Amino acid sequence: MNVKIQFSEKALASVNEIIARYPADKKKSALIPVLHIAQAEFDGWLSAETMDYVASILEIKPIEVYEVASFYSMFNLKPVGKCLLEVCRTSSCWLMGAEDVVRFIENKLNIKEGETTADGKFTLKTVECLGACGYAPMLQVGDKFYEFLTLEKTEKIIDNLDSTGKRSTYNGWQTGKESEIIMNRVD
Amino acid sequence: MSKKLLLQHIDVPGINTYEVYRKQGGYKAVEKALKEMTADQILEEVKTSGLRGRGGAGFPTGMKWSFLAKPEGVARYLVCNADESEPGTFKDRYLMEKIPHLLIEGMIASSFALGANTAYIYIRGEYFYVHRILENAIKEAYANGWLGKNILGTGYDLDLYMQIGAGAYICGEETALLESLEGKRGNPRIKPPFPAVAGLWGRPTVVNNVETIAAVVPIINEGGANYANIGVGKSTGTKLISASGHINKPGVYEIELGLPVEEFIYSDQYCGGIRNGKELKAVVAGGSSVPILPKELILKTAAGEPRLMSYESLGDGGFQTGTMLGSGGFIVMDEDTSIVKNLYTFSRFYHHESCGQCSPCREGTGWMEKILKKIISGNGTLSDVDLLWDIQSKIEGKTICPLGEAAAWPVAAAIRHFRKEFEEYVTNPQNIVDVKHYYRVNNLAAV
Ligand SMILES: Cc1cc2nc3c(=O)[nH]c(=O)nc-3n(C[C@H](O)[C@H](O)[C@H](O)COP(=O)(O)O)c2cc1C
Ligand code: SF4
Ligand code: FES
Repeated sequence: MNVKIQFSEKALASVNEIIARYPADKKKSALIPVLHIAQAEFDGWLSAETMDYVASILEIKPIEVYEVASFYSMFNLKPVGKCLLEVCRTSSCWLMGAEDVVRFIENKLNIKEGETTADGKFTLKTVECLGACGYAPMLQVGDKFYEFLTLEKTEKIIDNLDSTGKRSTYNGWQTGKESEIIMNRVD
Repeated sequence: MSKKLLLQHIDVPGINTYEVYRKQGGYKAVEKALKEMTADQILEEVKTSGLRGRGGAGFPTGMKWSFLAKPEGVARYLVCNADESEPGTFKDRYLMEKIPHLLIEGMIASSFALGANTAYIYIRGEYFYVHRILENAIKEAYANGWLGKNILGTGYDLDLYMQIGAGAYICGEETALLESLEGKRGNPRIKPPFPAVAGLWGRPTVVNNVETIAAVVPIINEGGANYANIGVGKSTGTKLISASGHINKPGVYEIELGLPVEEFIYSDQYCGGIRNGKELKAVVAGGSSVPILPKELILKTAAGEPRLMSYESLGDGGFQTGTMLGSGGFIVMDEDTSIVKNLYTFSRFYHHESCGQCSPCREGTGWMEKILKKIISGNGTLSDVDLLWDIQSKIEGKTICPLGEAAAWPVAAAIRHFRKEFEEYVTNPQNIVDVKHYYRVNNLAAV
């Protein structure tokens, strides 16, 4: 296989640390955590090249990676905007007005759910219950939960993200003490 | 004040750190378990406590542990189910976020009792910042000698790792969870064999919910008999309830099992009543999978007895007039709520989450979502309501895992108790626009 991409040194260290969590002949168990790291490293989505690379690291067949990547909703198999806005729309959030939040974002960004803005900054997605039901309605962006949303708050959150221009992803390998522990109950 | 066993110290500042947790008596259960008790004695205490699985099914934990196969020379595992994806449920997140060492302490004591030298906490992928809190707490536990080799000089070794999921409700089902932990798609396994015999990598495994494992700590500290004295009948101990929806005080509450539902909803100590002075319409008492009950039946049983927060009382009357305690995801709906639309959000959820292995589940959930969508968009007919009933009745008992039933029960219950509302939807669709489906976001009181 002629793979060109490569993890950063830091990511690779975490990958190896994760592989060590399983018996030596059960390397494949590291697949899901490693895919999270890969997604964060390579632009927020998993290309065929990225998945082949992960397969080579874990010494499994590429198909074993594809079938897993396509099963789990957190893995993006297509490019997404820099900020993926994920609004929960299941019962408790719906009861508290999640539909309004979705409509508001659609209007503000001039996109429909599932779409990405022309400048590639935002993708809007509706998702199922994220375990914030008592703090509804809620929105997830990268590794942050924004809860008790109002429309004003939603607008502020989006404007802030817009001004930083940074990609919001989950830095899956930042574990333990070296990472900043942020309590993301952004009220 | 009712007795608290898990969240007793939740308001102590810094209880999420090792130092403060330890100062409040943390890790005493590990000391007691490893130094003063044998594995069998711990199992006996858990049996005596009457503790039942807090993940949803309510299976007696002591009995589950006693099924664990112990062949010589084969590793066995404890796996903690922190996948928590049942709509309406957010208690495990609360516990891990606020007092992570309680879970770790429970994992150590339970692993010792089961003879496991490796244990995993499988946590849902979306709980990003909880991952960091847990990883950090695990590091602290290693650094202070509670994990690793020769713990407390007793010769007992334990490694504990966190494993993250990636967004799949089905991975909360224990065999799907094990598949996922092995790096595969989350397809539930056909049982038997049960995980107790062939679990993770085919080896004997116990899978328990976060709250179940945390409850082992007070059981060891105070003794199984004392634990069993709390609660009512076969519903012993305390339970974390995640309360959401149209109430004044949503959040996680630790209750003594047996608390009257009415007190839970209306007392200021708990939900604080229905918000905006509205009337209660219905409750889903145990997470999205359990049957919805209208006001009359959630507050009182069909026999007119006060309904209690317990496995037995919530189950009283079977599915005709009762429901289940489930995971404790307590979703409250006020008088303006459309039951049909709420049901649509559930059916869409189950269709999205079906793993697709069994036709009745894969096809049935898809059809139920489609028909409900047709009804709420004003294009339904009376025969659609009957068709919906027919489809749900053909799923139960015909699938590999209980997700099929979890998708069918809410549909059955909504039609059973609110058939008139479905009929109104299909006969007077022009009125639908006037139904207030939900609170407008801008009307929310500032929180
Ligand atoms: C579709 C489905 C989803 C489930 N989700 C969870 C879950 O998120 N957390 C959990 O603890 N148990 C869940 N369960 C129950 C588990 O299969 C299992 O019974 C439980 O983890 C056992 O732990 P306990 O005995 O401590 O409750 C789910 C079951 C099904 C069928
Ligand atoms: S019942 Fe549904 S979720 Fe469960 S195994 Fe069958 S198809 Fe998969
Ligand atoms: S229903 Fe939205 S977080 Fe649970």
